Amino acid sequence: MVWLELLSDYTFQNVVIGASLLGLISGPLGCFAVLRRQSLLGDAISHAALPGICLSFIITGSRDIGGIIMGSLITGSAAALIMLVLTRLSRLKTDAALGACLSIFFAVGIVLLTYIQSTNNASQGGLEAFLFGQAAATLRSDLWVMGSITLVTLVLLAVFWKQAKLVTFDAEYARTLGMPITVIEASLTAMVALAVVVGLQMVGVILMAAMIVAPAAAARQWSRHLGGMLTIAAGVGIVSGVSGATISTLSRGLATGPLIVLTATVIVLISLALAPGRGLLWGVIKHYRQKSALQKQQLLYALYKHSADPSCAPSTLGSRRMLNKLKQQGYLSRSPRGTTPGDDGWGLTAQGQAEARRVVAAFEELAS
Amino acid sequence: MMAELLTTTALPIMLVGAMVGIASSAVGTFLVLRGNSMLSDAISHSIVFGIVIVWLLTKQQSGPVQLIGAALTGLLTVLLTEALASTKRVKQDTAIGLVFPALFSIGVLLLNIYANDVHIDTHTVLLGEIGFVWLDTLDIFGLPIPQALVSMSVMTVLNYAFIGLFYKELKLATFDPALAKTFGFMPSILFYVLLMLTSSTAVAAFDAVGAVLFIAFAIVPASAAYLLTDRLWMMFIIGALISIASSISGYYLAVFLNVSIGGMMAVMTGVFLMLAFLAGPRYGVITQLVKRQRARQAPVEPPPSV
Repeated sequence: MVWLELLSDYTFQNVVIGASLLGLISGPLGCFAVLRRQSLLGDAISHAALPGICLSFIITGSRDIGGIIMGSLITGSAAALIMLVLTRLSRLKTDAALGACLSIFFAVGIVLLTYIQSTNNASQGGLEAFLFGQAAATLRSDLWVMGSITLVTLVLLAVFWKQAKLVTFDAEYARTLGMPITVIEASLTAMVALAVVVGLQMVGVILMAAMIVAPAAAARQWSRHLGGMLTIAAGVGIVSGVSGATISTLSRGLATGPLIVLTATVIVLISLALAPGRGLLWGVIKHYRQKSALQKQQLLYALYKHSADPSCAPSTLGSRRMLNKLKQQGYLSRSPRGTTPGDDGWGLTAQGQAEARRVVAAFEELAS
Repeated sequence: MMAELLTTTALPIMLVGAMVGIASSAVGTFLVLRGNSMLSDAISHSIVFGIVIVWLLTKQQSGPVQLIGAALTGLLTVLLTEALASTKRVKQDTAIGLVFPALFSIGVLLLNIYANDVHIDTHTVLLGEIGFVWLDTLDIFGLPIPQALVSMSVMTVLNYAFIGLFYKELKLATFDPALAKTFGFMPSILFYVLLMLTSSTAVAAFDAVGAVLFIAFAIVPASAAYLLTDRLWMMFIIGALISIASSISGYYLAVFLNVSIGGMMAVMTGVFLMLAFLAGPRYGVITQLVKRQRARQAPVEPPPSV
């Protein structure tokens, strides 16, 4: 009953649609950023959106979404451009240029924000919501703008799919084919700025970086193909966006951005552990399986080849656990303790003999 | 009245601003040189998590416990990042981009939950309140010294003591980690200590300038210094001078425009970076252009005959 009520709630509908749009755009574009090793560029661009938001507010005098999007796009791209210029024309490395752009643009944003506050404009409330996001403040008209940006971006991506893919994986080859790789790279970066803009309302400028990185990092674990990765990233983005925004709306008082980011982080951790093929858990299991198989083969080999040698008595070779396990499987039998020192009574059964012969044959074939 | 207020508040604020810059650019210099600048971004965000946790455990908002807590949080951030990257499932930069937003998010949510009990709110987390540092003072030799100034001075002394003691080792570990390792200098341990100092500095600077602006103080003066000199010791001096100049000019501009003082100081560090970038004596863009122009106009010498 609560859920039905919730679903028909106007604000809640806005929140869910907005969060889905955010996932839909940030996931796929994040994939390109992560694959091009520009994960932290999203961080710089999103921090740099703050002065744009404030400038647009100073110029238009209102919290109009169109102006805010234009403003944050301009300052976000400017930050990316300055970063590029700093690394190309000076000896600063990428990380220093990123950090400098991020912090200085954000500082300009803070200065402008306090300037707006000091002029005491009545409609300035709500600007600070852009720092951490406030999903509940999303309007239907905002959604149309966010939706159009998402649609345009995804269509652009589909049209220039081949070029974007080639530049991402083999820029040098793309250059020899005569592709304008600077233009394509710049467009991919500008698109990240678009994704940031869509997420401003939802997660805010500070945590938008995570929405670029996390869905892509999760998706990378599940797919080896760019198309699949993009689709999964969009899905992860939508799921974390919608669930984070829902919790935030229900709880009232918990910031939306952190909730969305934490949901996405949990999905990343699950993906890292469980994704088929790449999952860390499978790796651990495989390691132990191989270890125990090797131990079993060593034991059988030793018993078969060196059963007379007391220094190769089974109890000195393997763990008691492995011996008992082999006994259960029918490979070993245990007779009462023998008289010769070192003979602890372990011996191969007929089935064990056959298995041991197989192991020895395989080993000798390998050795020859 | 106004003049009196200015003299009692202006000096402490500018001093704190300068101290924040001097202490953070000391550690920032090594981050810039090693190519790990974005770790200051990661650390400054994730110490919010550390501050809230330490507060929940001890109810102390500043002081030595917070500094130690911050050092541990910074270490946790770096260790988590390295653990993630060492799985080979994600790249180093992606790992940074995953760890610090997660820790920062937990910190902000805890702040939301305990908002009524704790002094710090999300606003302070981002901006700091350098304008109010003179409100919170300690009496030292009968003089009311702002607490922020005391903690920043302690961090400055600690940072420079570490750098002074291990100058040779740090220098070698920064420029030739492989050689440093063969000498047994343990570059990774040095680096961890450096990052712990960075975190503690970030927490000490936290009340004054907040999480994000700390990055500006740590990275920007050091970057500007990097563009101006080839000597390591010179980088510290230039970094400190830029910090002092940014603090003074930023303060007066902020008062004049009635805007955030910490923000304006950070903006000024950016102005100095731009100046160094454009007009630096050796690596500046304009200098390079002039040099190229001169080379072009210079009479072409005939190649030496054999």
